[in-house]
Order: sequence, then C-alpha cells, then structure tokens
Amino acid sequence: MVELAPKSPLAGLVPVTVGRMTLTEVDLGRLTSVAPYRGRDEGLSEALKAAHGIAAPEPGRVTGRVAARASGRDEACAIWFGQRMFLLAGADPDPALAQYAALSDQSDGWACARIQGRGATQVLARLTPIDLRPAAFRRGHTARTELQHMAASITRLGEDDYLILVFRALAGTLVQDVRQAMQGVAARGGG
Amino acid sequence: MRITCPICGERDRREFYYVGDAVALERPDADAPPEAWHGYIHLRDNPCGVTRDLWYHEQGCAAWLVVTRNTATHEVLGVALASDEKGEAR
Repeated sequence: MVELAPKSPLAGLVPVTVGRMTLTEVDLGRLTSVAPYRGRDEGLSEALKAAHGIAAPEPGRVTGRVAARASGRDEACAIWFGQRMFLLAGADPDPALAQYAALSDQSDGWACARIQGRGATQVLARLTPIDLRPAAFRRGHTARTELQHMAASITRLGEDDYLILVFRALAGTLVQDVRQAMQGVAARGGG
Repeated sequence: MRITCPICGERDRREFYYVGDAVALERPDADAPPEAWHGYIHLRDNPCGVTRDLWYHEQGCAAWLVVTRNTATHEVLGVALASDEKGEAR
C-alpha cells in the first residue's frame, strides 16, 4: 500500500531569515470559512461562544488568541475574512454552527506564513497598500488586501509580527516576494 | 485615488475593480418593454460632473459598492454598499 506523506504549503520554501527578520510557516490547524445566513448573526455568535469560547469577529478584527494559535497552541481563534465571512482556525467546527452559517472547509486552501523581527513592518509596507502604522493597524487588527498582486489576509500579531494568508497555489510567489522585500529592507539597514 | 469602503475603511484604488454605471442595479422587470431593456443594456450617459459607478472591492472584503464621484474634479463624494442602495429611487 502506498504511504502518502502530508506536505504543508510552504514545505521546503521556508524558513527564510534575512537580518533579524524571519519568515516561517504557521500551522493554524483546521480552517473553516463561516458565512452567517442573513439575520442569523447573533445566533451564530452565541453558538460560537458556547462551542468554541470565542465571539464572531467584527470587520477587520480577530477573536481569540491568534498569536498563541500561530505559535502552536491548540486553541481556536477567528479571523475576519471578508464581507459577512470569517475564518475559524484551530478547531473542528461544532455541527450546531451549520444552522446559522454556511461552513466550508478551507484547511488545504491557504498558505499560512508569519513574518517576525525588526523591519517586518517595513517589508510589508513595500508589498501592501494598507496603512500599517500602529495607530491605524493594531495588534488584533486584520485586513483583506493585496500583497504584491496576491489576494491576502494580513493580521497583526505584534509590533513587528504578522500573520499572512494567501491561496496555497501562490505559496512560492509569496515566499519569493517577501524574501525580496526582506532583502531590500535589510540592504537599507532596516532589518 | 482612494475609496472609503463602508466595511474596510479608506483603501487604495488598486484594491478595487471598476464595473460601470450603477444603472446595473436597476434591472427592468422581465416583462418590461424592449425600450427599457435597450436603455438598461446599451445606453449610458457620459457626464462631466457627478456620476454613480459600481465598484467591486475585489482585493478586499469582496463587497459591491456604489461610488458617487465627480468626473471633472475627481472628488469622491460618497460610498455605499450596493446591497443597501439597491432599489433606491433615483
């Protein structure tokens, strides 16, 4: 019988270290997109709290401890993921959620990366048009935006600490573009 | 040019896709006369001044937006969710 070995989206591509900055892969566990049915938002948030201990995130926000989840802690978090949608990470979705929202398993669909270290903000500033200044984009804020030309989800975990999600098919492009920006920042003494 | 998405806040133009005149929100009834369908599909004004366009926040939250802007001054006068605007009398 053939033994198939699972391969993560960024396997063989990371870690990348440039100066003090590192780009690593994050295992967020099971990923489920949750899109509430019209008028069921409150019920969904209650069911989510009962089952997973977190509320549904407001636009541009996360609930639960995303940084802990990204560091490998086995706990659930939710990342706002677009108009009337969020991503439940790190938990098998409770079947009760299905009466309030459309649930889709996205576990194999996303490459999840984390960039950390002094200069990380400058790296992202080269790649995305969003305002990354701490006053505008705080810890626990998240955005759907573009990274170079890729559709991305960017979440701030700390001062120079970000979670980046792009489609799995773009994993190689993500690493190439982020590495190039890291080298550019480091060359100018920023990293 | 920056557009303030009602969901995401102020964002760069490159996150958005331009779709066309917001007349697309006013689809005629299936049994409307041919003139109404002709106007809906083919006839567009080309105003020098205030215009209502549909934009799609493609690289953001994926919302359809109605952007009111001035083609002469490039001023963006207002942004609303198309789902809120739909059916609104002009």
